[in-house]
Amino acid sequence: MKGQNAALGAAGLAAFLALGEAVPRLGLVKEAYFPPTSRIADALLDEVADSAFWTALGDTLTGWALGLAIASCAGIVVGVLISVVPHLREATASTIEFLRPIPSVALIPLAVLLYGSELRSVLLLVVYASFWQVLIQVLYGVQDVDPVAEETARSYGLGTWARIRHVLWPTALPYVMTGVRLAAAVALILAITAELIIGAPGLGKRIGVAQTSQAVPEMYALIVVTGVLGLLINVGARTVERRALAWHQSVRGEVAV
Amino acid sequence: MRRLLLRVVFVLALPALLVAGWWVASDDSTDVYWPPLRTILETFPDVWTSDRLEDDVLPSVLRLSGGYALAAVVGVALGTVIGSYRRVRAVCEPVLEFLRAVPPPVLIPVIMLFAGIGDTMKVTVIASGCVWPILLNTVEGVRAVDPVMAETARSYGITGASRLRTVVLRSASPQIFAGLRQALSIAIILMVISEMFAASSGLGFTIVQFQRSFAIPDMWTGILVLGLLGFLLSVVFQLVERRALGWYHGLRASTRRSR
Repeated sequence: MKGQNAALGAAGLAAFLALGEAVPRLGLVKEAYFPPTSRIADALLDEVADSAFWTALGDTLTGWALGLAIASCAGIVVGVLISVVPHLREATASTIEFLRPIPSVALIPLAVLLYGSELRSVLLLVVYASFWQVLIQVLYGVQDVDPVAEETARSYGLGTWARIRHVLWPTALPYVMTGVRLAAAVALILAITAELIIGAPGLGKRIGVAQTSQAVPEMYALIVVTGVLGLLINVGARTVERRALAWHQSVRGEVAV
Repeated sequence: MRRLLLRVVFVLALPALLVAGWWVASDDSTDVYWPPLRTILETFPDVWTSDRLEDDVLPSVLRLSGGYALAAVVGVALGTVIGSYRRVRAVCEPVLEFLRAVPPPVLIPVIMLFAGIGDTMKVTVIASGCVWPILLNTVEGVRAVDPVMAETARSYGITGASRLRTVVLRSASPQIFAGLRQALSIAIILMVISEMFAASSGLGFTIVQFQRSFAIPDMWTGILVLGLLGFLLSVVFQLVERRALGWYHGLRASTRRSR
């Protein structure tokens, strides 16, 4: 069953690639706009041989990883703090609901003015966008704490810190992991967007340069790279999630079946 | 009465405090990039006149709703087809996962090649970025239709369009709405960015113009307008969702009580 699905999936992928080859060759769209798969693959090989490509990839990954790390830590700390201190949750709810939907790209002009095309402008956007993903999940997770467990811990005389450590954190962890996974995808989008618009060094900037210099196959090749990067980040985040939650019912249940 | 008052205090206290803090901290600010809040608010009515609302905000909102609606229709339709047939799903899954993983803003240069820099480009960019969360969530939702319910519907002879409407889409709707919610924030991002790239009107265009001409207080008002727009859209979405998923939230609440 699983093998059959994989085979069907591979067939789908092959058909997709073949379609990409055939459509421009048959003249259905202009080759100048949409080069056939083989030419994109050629351009991709050229890119991989180029050391500037690897520098750009490194820049993008640095912005992504740093931004995600800062946003996750801040989201977790603020989330736990808000839920532990009495009344803080009610007091902050309206502010969070207001700030969260503000699109992070609104900050692009400000980031350009403040930091130009440095890494810091990328970080500003990435952290702002991914912070909310983590924070909201932490708040949901903490809400899910079993009142009986909480009362039990209290009556055994566990202090605030011990209750956070042994009751609150294990309950919230699955939510936190989901938040971090979502944030990882958002962080990549914002990192590449910032590079594309602001011109901070990285893959996004290379795509912009390829576009303005009419290097269409290179542009597609770089877009494929960003897609693969997104895919790897998704798969990686899922793996980390499964490892970290190996003890949790949801993951244990999956393994047993 | 007292509880209501307390609630109002809770809702308004922190925002008031933050705005007051911003006001006081920036009041005698001479930093060009952080103008006093007083100046920003004084500039606001001058910048966002009714002309500008009509010339810049309206086109932006129209592009946004056009692209979003297109993505919703295509996403739900394709998602229902792919979710209903196991084999189709197996064939499409890797390709869809890959296409979803491509960060949507990089599609702007590609779509500019095909569609130029007009409104078509913007609507296409918004639609092509928003469609993935809606599509994939619809696939998951349709796949997870309760088999007992599906069998029951079949034995009652509910087929075709009414089966689709009352059984499949109904039970998938919580998932579909989760996808629509994700798509909304992507739509706003893409609207702004596509206008920053190439446009002669729109919110993104205007804000970048202010920034390039160093009209800093004007730029700040633009950021505020974008924030307000994002907030408004999310409120509207929540209202729609509450209406459309009222039955679902009621069901959840009652199962939780009975447990």
